[in-house]
Amino acid sequence: MEFETVIGLEIHLELQTRSKLFCSCSTAFGREPNTSCCPVCLGLPGSLPVLNRKAVELAIIAALSLQSEIQKESRFDRKNYYYPDLPKAYQISQYDRPLALGGFIEMKNEGVKRKINLERIHIEEDPGKLMHSGESIFDSDYSLVDYNRAGIPLLEIVTKPDLRSGREARLFLEELRCILLYSGSSDCRMEQGSLRCDANISLRPAGSKTLGTRTEVKNMNSFRAVEMALDYEAGRQAAILSAGGSIIQQTCHWDEGDRKAIPLRGKEGSSDYRYFPEPDLLPLILKSDYIETLAASLPELPSQRRIRLMEEYGLDPADAAILTENRSLGDLFEVAAGEYKDYRNLARWVRGDLLYLLKGNDRNPSEVAPSLLIELLTMLDEGEINRPVAKDLLANIVKNGTNPRELVQQKGLGRIADREKLQPVVEKVLAENKDAVDSIKQGRKKAFAFLVGKVMAATAGRADPEKVQKLLRELIN
Amino acid sequence: MELYQKTAAELSRLLQDKEITAVEVFNSFTERIDEVDPHLKVFITCTLDSALETAAAVDRRRMENEELHPLAGVPVAIKDNFCTEGIKTTCASKMLESYIPPYDAAVVEKLKRIGMPILGKTNMDEFAMGSSTENSAFFVTRNPWDLERVPGGSSGGSAAAVAAGMVPLALGSDTGGSIRQPAALCGITGLRPTYGRVSRYGLIAFASSLDQIGPLALNALDCSLLLEVIAGYDQRDSTSLPHEVPQYSAAAGRELEGVRIGLIEENISANFDPEIKFAVLKMAALLEENGARITEVSLPHTDYGLSAYYLIAPSEAASNLGRYDGVRYGYSADGDNIISLFSRTRGQGFGAEVKRRIMIGTYSLSAGYYDAYYLQAMKVRTLIRRDYEKAFQNFDILVGATTPTPAFKLGEKADDPLKMYLSDVCNITDALAGVPSLSIPAGLHSSGLPMGMQLTAAPLNEGLLFQAAAVLEKCSDSPPQQRTALNLTGRGEL
Amino acid sequence: MSDDFIREVEHVARLARLSLSSEEKELMADQLSAILETARKVREIDTVGIEPTAHVFSIPAFLREDVIYPSLPVEKVLQNAPKKMKSYFRVPSITVIEEE
Ligand SMILES: [Zn+2]
Repeated sequence: MEFETVIGLEIHLELQTRSKLFCSCSTAFGREPNTSCCPVCLGLPGSLPVLNRKAVELAIIAALSLQSEIQKESRFDRKNYYYPDLPKAYQISQYDRPLALGGFIEMKNEGVKRKINLERIHIEEDPGKLMHSGESIFDSDYSLVDYNRAGIPLLEIVTKPDLRSGREARLFLEELRCILLYSGSSDCRMEQGSLRCDANISLRPAGSKTLGTRTEVKNMNSFRAVEMALDYEAGRQAAILSAGGSIIQQTCHWDEGDRKAIPLRGKEGSSDYRYFPEPDLLPLILKSDYIETLAASLPELPSQRRIRLMEEYGLDPADAAILTENRSLGDLFEVAAGEYKDYRNLARWVRGDLLYLLKGNDRNPSEVAPSLLIELLTMLDEGEINRPVAKDLLANIVKNGTNPRELVQQKGLGRIADREKLQPVVEKVLAENKDAVDSIKQGRKKAFAFLVGKVMAATAGRADPEKVQKLLRELIN
Repeated sequence: MELYQKTAAELSRLLQDKEITAVEVFNSFTERIDEVDPHLKVFITCTLDSALETAAAVDRRRMENEELHPLAGVPVAIKDNFCTEGIKTTCASKMLESYIPPYDAAVVEKLKRIGMPILGKTNMDEFAMGSSTENSAFFVTRNPWDLERVPGGSSGGSAAAVAAGMVPLALGSDTGGSIRQPAALCGITGLRPTYGRVSRYGLIAFASSLDQIGPLALNALDCSLLLEVIAGYDQRDSTSLPHEVPQYSAAAGRELEGVRIGLIEENISANFDPEIKFAVLKMAALLEENGARITEVSLPHTDYGLSAYYLIAPSEAASNLGRYDGVRYGYSADGDNIISLFSRTRGQGFGAEVKRRIMIGTYSLSAGYYDAYYLQAMKVRTLIRRDYEKAFQNFDILVGATTPTPAFKLGEKADDPLKMYLSDVCNITDALAGVPSLSIPAGLHSSGLPMGMQLTAAPLNEGLLFQAAAVLEKCSDSPPQQRTALNLTGRGEL
Repeated sequence: MSDDFIREVEHVARLARLSLSSEEKELMADQLSAILETARKVREIDTVGIEPTAHVFSIPAFLREDVIYPSLPVEKVLQNAPKKMKSYFRVPSITVIEEE
């Protein structure tokens, strides 16, 4: 039988605030254990939460950029359960009145346009972190608790069951990450845990509209892991169903090493969370003009920019994608394109040599002055310098911010096109490479390129290649 | 007359006139504590050293003619559910028997800032759950009027301390009567302010949507002076009200001409002690003589108040008390896995009443019962609020009895939770509505025990309550101050 | 007391992480059923169309600025810890299969 895979994701993102959601402790990553804690985030008796304005703002910006509808009145609730990383034995979350409802992401999967709908978006606090004494949670006699993470603001995004494969889930996450990076609401680093993703997955006969029994997959620590884990689980379910078996509703842990999803038992047996409205926090009432102000300040969506880059600058899809994914690289391109009109050439340089140099030198695109880039490309276009020299000059721009024209003048790097200057060099090369000259006379083209290279090397790459070729032909014949 | 027999206002005047020193005041009260505390058992922790330092500092500053707060140097006691930095804060529970908070509650900061010596932390029902102070994990506190009787609760320690002259002022907390009921049973004055008037930051939570901090004192003026100190907006408590704090003490002394007073039918109910009913009616007549207009009024949903309260408060409590799990602080039982650590810690660390309320609360919030219990109680709370809103369209103050009976005997209701709950029956609906409510002495019962009358006003109208109370104090034969009459060799077997 | 209700009490005690002795359980069941009997009075009222009250006053929520203040020194964080190890709180094994 043909099966259709049905996947819904639950994504947790850390909102990029300086302080925690309900107290003024720092959210900085990697601090010594239990050094970023206060009475509020430790849940000490008598402490009370106070909501962080920035967290609300970032959550709204994220929700708006996902086309989700901000609710004028939302509410905080307590989710009650016992776990040692949860200092108050309840997590302050939003239950039946979340911050935003609906929303969607549009993307392409193998050329097919897909619209993935969102269920809801809400704000909640992160629990602390557990360190286990053994290899894993299963074989540990004891665990250690660090509450630095407790109270860090999280955005929870729940999708509708609209995803159809592990690959699609990964593509969705990549697009989501790109959108949220654009909006500046989260740094979305899966490896640091600032983006986490759980999935619900079930199978149904192709064409069916009802949902099958689902399993929950957790502990997927990279986009690649999401794809692998979900494909693995879909395969497992398909094998069971094809053999006439049935799926047990359960939670699985993805084991990255073994590439297997292991069923998890027993953690919080029955999940009766006894939600009720948080009495310590008043409802969050948002005025329309506040939401409108935030909406107006929203940056262009990545998908919009991608299309605009192609339409406005005539870039091909691959260039547009790279310049969209890396927002500040795209910004650099667009500023430079304001003056430099050979857009495709500019795009090639920006996403090619420049991006390579930026990565190699650990620099940001925003550190590069667009005027220097324009200067460089103009010099190249006008034949003032050669391509290899241009690459060196670009490296100097990235590393030291050096003006290429000044450097050319200072070091005499300009192109050599004068016959008087080139002829002695060419003659010398010919004299030293008689074999090659003979080969050419016997019709071997390769040897000609070899001689051009020799001349270029002898001029430190500065010789005008066309002039060199002309001279070579002239002198050989 | 000893200094410990004076009111806070009198002490304040004498201190400001430099007729006495704060250290003299301190000495008088601490001698009194030495004398009577062994019999009454009010203090869980005495903080006399730091109090003496505060008093001495106040005297020094006064010598240097520094401008001081009128209550600087006037001693105070606080219920042991207010966090005090570096000082044990127990909530009268085995769970927190040796818990030392790393911070001060907002109100404690305020007392310290103006130089009020804090003499100690008073006994209470465990986690403020109870009406007799018998639920303390450590010891029972006795009523200064009759050592065989309870002082009420849960702020029983604070009420007994004021009634017995161990402090002129005390702070308590009131979730469903825990200030007013012990004030009435001990013959003093106690206020539950408007919800949000006083910051709850650092008050160990029982039921967050109901908890409110308030003063206990000998009279309305003293209460108003202390309220001026503790009231006000606090950014650390999101439910605290931003409204400006008026000069409450100015209210005492204003006339009652034209004030509309509603006599709450349900709070002078037929099954109340007839003497209490009579006392309340007599006080109402006095108000009328002073120009107020009295009419009977009904708060029709009062009957449902107790039921709603005993679902809402335990539900919030069950959640608030989840944090006592033996991991970060407090009592911790042995357990070889996390669930046994949690369950044993909580099973051994909490007393019976606390466990009962956690059970009721967990039940009413749990899957399948939420709508019928917790949610329904919250809707009934809306109806109760509306009763008050409607009543305050026609009345300025509502009056009735504070309690159905005077102080009961130790042990009398200890085994019957429901009977105990009923002793707060008059104090619950105004707590659910969030309105301010004041209990004042209403004379002595034929048994020699004090009785209380309760006055309730619309939100933020505490001043009006002090105004009416002051008028009554002036013209009624309110009970003599117990501090002189306390008979330590009398009926109690000590 | 019915066995059903005793089981209910056990379930709730488990949810609340309260270990109760068998005598406690019996007494709790008696008292709880009496208290719930009283509490059930709220169900006598028709509350159709009535909004529940979670907060008595509706004032706008206060939002604090995103500013860092010093946290507690780690000694104070751990000062009341029943069990600690290095600068962590220590807890026993957390893998337990809960029976329902
Ligand atoms: Zn904190």
